[in-house]
Amino acid sequence: MDGHAILARLRERLGDGIVATHDYRGDHTAVLAREAIVPALTFCRDDAALGFDMLVDITAVDYSRFPGREDGPRFEVVYHLYSVAHNHRVRLKVAVEQDDPVVPTACGLWPIANWLEREVWDMFGIRFDGHPDLRRLLLYEEFEGHPLRKDYPINRRQPLIGPKV
Amino acid sequence: MAERKTRELFLGEGTGTDGSQHLYVNMGPAHPAMHGIIRIFAELDGETVVKGDVEIGYLHRAFEKDCEAGPYNNAIPYTDRLNYVSPLINNFAYSSAVEKLLGIEITERCKYIRVIMSEISRICDHLTCVGAGAMELGAFTVFLYMIKAREFLWELVEDVTGARLTISYGRVGGVKADLPAGFDLKVKKAFAETRQVLEEVHILVTGNRIFMDRMVGVGALGREETIAWGITGPLLRAAGVPFDLRKTQPYWAYDRIPFDIALGKNGDNFDRFLVRMAEMEQSMRIAEQALEGLPGGAIQVDWEGRAIEPDAYVDLGKQGKTEGLLLVPIKLSPNLQGQDRSAHDRVNAQDKRVVLPTKADAYGSIEGLMNHFMLVMEGYGIRPPAGEAYFAAEGANGELGFYVVSDGSDRPYRVRCRPPCLPPVAAIPRMIEGQMVADIIPTFGSVNMIGGELDR
Repeated sequence: MDGHAILARLRERLGDGIVATHDYRGDHTAVLAREAIVPALTFCRDDAALGFDMLVDITAVDYSRFPGREDGPRFEVVYHLYSVAHNHRVRLKVAVEQDDPVVPTACGLWPIANWLEREVWDMFGIRFDGHPDLRRLLLYEEFEGHPLRKDYPINRRQPLIGPKV
Repeated sequence: MAERKTRELFLGEGTGTDGSQHLYVNMGPAHPAMHGIIRIFAELDGETVVKGDVEIGYLHRAFEKDCEAGPYNNAIPYTDRLNYVSPLINNFAYSSAVEKLLGIEITERCKYIRVIMSEISRICDHLTCVGAGAMELGAFTVFLYMIKAREFLWELVEDVTGARLTISYGRVGGVKADLPAGFDLKVKKAFAETRQVLEEVHILVTGNRIFMDRMVGVGALGREETIAWGITGPLLRAAGVPFDLRKTQPYWAYDRIPFDIALGKNGDNFDRFLVRMAEMEQSMRIAEQALEGLPGGAIQVDWEGRAIEPDAYVDLGKQGKTEGLLLVPIKLSPNLQGQDRSAHDRVNAQDKRVVLPTKADAYGSIEGLMNHFMLVMEGYGIRPPAGEAYFAAEGANGELGFYVVSDGSDRPYRVRCRPPCLPPVAAIPRMIEGQMVADIIPTFGSVNMIGGELDR
């Protein structure tokens, strides 16, 4: 299935859940509303024609310093899906507001979502609603702030921590 | 009473009452059998692992944040340190992601060079993984043999890039320098040695009773489960899934080079070992064919066949005697090797927005100098149009993806590296569940965790 057909099928199924689509440099992307993300992921995984059985990556982007997007939703959570059976890819994105940085979890769909979502929480401070074990992945619990946010200065020092008592 | 207290001290409060309790054991972060800093927290019932938890991040050094802080080519040295056993693949994958974002095409010769160097790196990676894995099971000879073979390959890498590990050889739009003269003969020699080593290793361990007992049926993941965990690369192929980005979504020159995908059946440690062994042979096959088909492209010849000193070149230019001057090769100091015009044009894309001009041009003509400045000055440099792109290459451990977002400035707005060894490490608790403590070692070895890319 080529990218346009994938997006068409998603649009047909999800209707208003899809906010926008584009295919920049051959990467087909659908931007979804927050409440539509889990139905969309489930549909992508279970639909026979789409068959996205592999969750390749979850990451996020902080758009607060992006020219022209300073006032829009601050974050975007990005899902990359791949279908081993059909050999095609799609990218799903969901916009997240700064005041309410919560996205429903995909842990029930793919086990790997657990760690990938923990990393997004660690780096961006976006919570995943329903995640069974939302700890930091790469950094330590006492770390202050979320370093991949654009307002985290690259040279900021962290307080020293002692051993856990 | 005293005995009870000792038990409680070691096993925790409330234990020692009914004679059956679980023991919690830390493996790592610094453990002799953990080649990489990682902590496996295992809950044991006797010698059986009931549950495991993996803690990572000990080698985190803010790769993604650092990439945002500098221009596009600044990230190349950081990518060296991702998978430090096969750094060339990281270099090229990152470069290709930015090239995709820019929408430029690299030269044919550069594609072949990337293929050749990637395959040599892949062999290095597999040699290290198999060698270290075998050493932890007691086969120290295998480790020594394989490191010997890797040494031959690293000499090749050193020949091309000037360094063994921190190579920084990739560039957006090309590579740093052309292959040195006589490289194909050296490759032939190194591959002959490597093949000999692989044969010896097969004789030593494939079919060896001790090795088989530790590997067969251990750490197995089924086909569906492997996919659901997002595992790619040799581990997925060992489960019988013919997924190899070099075949399924060919990039560079892989669609023109015939090779086979090595496949396993059971997805256990032994199949992973066999897949890696078979892949090394295939990688050598690819590199040999690529070297044979390496497009030369006419080496530009100067108008009278003489090289000229840089200062004389500049003087001529000042006097206005510029006719044919751009075709004259300039004698350059040795530390600028590979930047002479003939080699430069063959391995770099013809795109002034991206590729630094040759040193001859930068030092010899005002256009070249301006072009050079435009690329190195802050606020200029490589400026892809605003947008995003995801490029995936087949790393030694699986799908190595780079997701790059540009805001139109000279710095990447966001660089995300999708590390190929994160999913298998996340699946380690699942792989070791219900198995013996000793089985953690071969399973961990077959995952081939590389701290640099796992923790970034």
